[in-house]
Amino acid sequence: MTVAVRVIPCLDVDGGRVVKGVNFTDLVDAGDPVEMARVYDAEGADELVFLDITASSGSRETTYDVVRRTAEQVFIPLTVGGGVRATDDVDRLLRAGADKVGVNTAGIARPELLREIAQRFGSQVLVLSVDARRTTPHQPGTPSGFEVTTHGGRQGTGLDAVEWAQRGEELGVGEILLNSMDADGTRRGYDVELLRAVRAVVSVPVIASGGAGRVEDFVPAVEAGADAVLAASVFHFGQMHIGDAKGALREAGFAVR
Amino acid sequence: MTSVVVLDYGSGNLRSAERALARTGAEVTVTADLSAAADCDGLVVPGVGAFAACMRGLNAVRGGTVVWDRLRKQRPVLGICVGMQILFERGLEHGEETDGLGILAGDVTRLHAPVVPHMGWNTVEVPDGSCLFKGVEDQRFYFVHSYAAREVPDALVTTAEHGERFAAAVERGVLSATQFHPEKSGDAGAQLLHNWVRSL
Repeated sequence: MTVAVRVIPCLDVDGGRVVKGVNFTDLVDAGDPVEMARVYDAEGADELVFLDITASSGSRETTYDVVRRTAEQVFIPLTVGGGVRATDDVDRLLRAGADKVGVNTAGIARPELLREIAQRFGSQVLVLSVDARRTTPHQPGTPSGFEVTTHGGRQGTGLDAVEWAQRGEELGVGEILLNSMDADGTRRGYDVELLRAVRAVVSVPVIASGGAGRVEDFVPAVEAGADAVLAASVFHFGQMHIGDAKGALREAGFAVR
Repeated sequence: MTSVVVLDYGSGNLRSAERALARTGAEVTVTADLSAAADCDGLVVPGVGAFAACMRGLNAVRGGTVVWDRLRKQRPVLGICVGMQILFERGLEHGEETDGLGILAGDVTRLHAPVVPHMGWNTVEVPDGSCLFKGVEDQRFYFVHSYAAREVPDALVTTAEHGERFAAAVERGVLSATQFHPEKSGDAGAQLLHNWVRSL
């Protein structure tokens, strides 16, 4: 009788192809995001996230095409992030078949963009993607000890990650994709302190991202307040299936689909 | 072949609705053309975003009139998400009150829950006699909304719970509506749409 914890695989897409850490054996074309989306759908994924890492703006057409083809075949929610600079980009993605759009860098550069998107399309389409990193003693700190970064964690912004999440909610975002740059790629579990800190100040759903490596990693993230758990490589490499993550959550007493 | 029109009165993801309905075998058209909307076997009124913005969009294409006319002529209509909400008398968002179509009695107000929007797959409680939910009564459906209707008099009401109990779907004669997105609810949603198309 309660909303299920969502398990969300994330695909990095470059020029219409899935890149980074894909090792699906039983696919005709393992680099085709549409085919991978179908596999994850069949495995019971609750949503999908495409992160468009296409550098050149000319290749953006390919992204729209991927979204279009995915929406024709996969009937679960699809979030597309990466490269969203203006409200018209959101319009194009939604029309191509995306349900939600993730905004990161452009929102940091101009926070009003978040308000404009929320007002035009509604909060429910807008996911604020926050790449947070712990500050070290050698840096100017932030009140929470977590800083918003860009460029895959390589550039600091001076923004407090927890305050930025809160500001995002005020500006109208409907969800926060909270990615720990410290945990990302380590496979040593989500950053539960970061999750707790953000959960304490926002009332929109929070997606935990970064660090999933074992089935045991999902429960602490949800206990820390995550409404959804996102992972990439552990699913792509087939080390773990969507059902394994759900099994662990179910065993801990959380509702899953 | 059963003809279905998805009313296009603004931006949003209409492609998924179109494709999910086409999977049921219906002939689906996405259009703002009022004669097509009036003449088809089933009209789908989608809707995302704010209640007020949806009503503005609907009024701009005179969609409300088409919905009223169809219901008077006993022709089926399916409202989805905000397309369900605007069937009610009023929407209350950010302290702003907007008139809905007034086809269903009651207001659409903010959900009281620790986490809002209500986003994700939830269970529903289906009353006896539901046509929409036949065979999928025990399935989860995909919701994403911050506002909802509560009591709906004189209708078959399927409920769900997020912080409080609210109307997840309404069936009243030729009028059907779901607060969740059947077009994004995987196989369960496909079955529900199939049930609706078969009833046309």
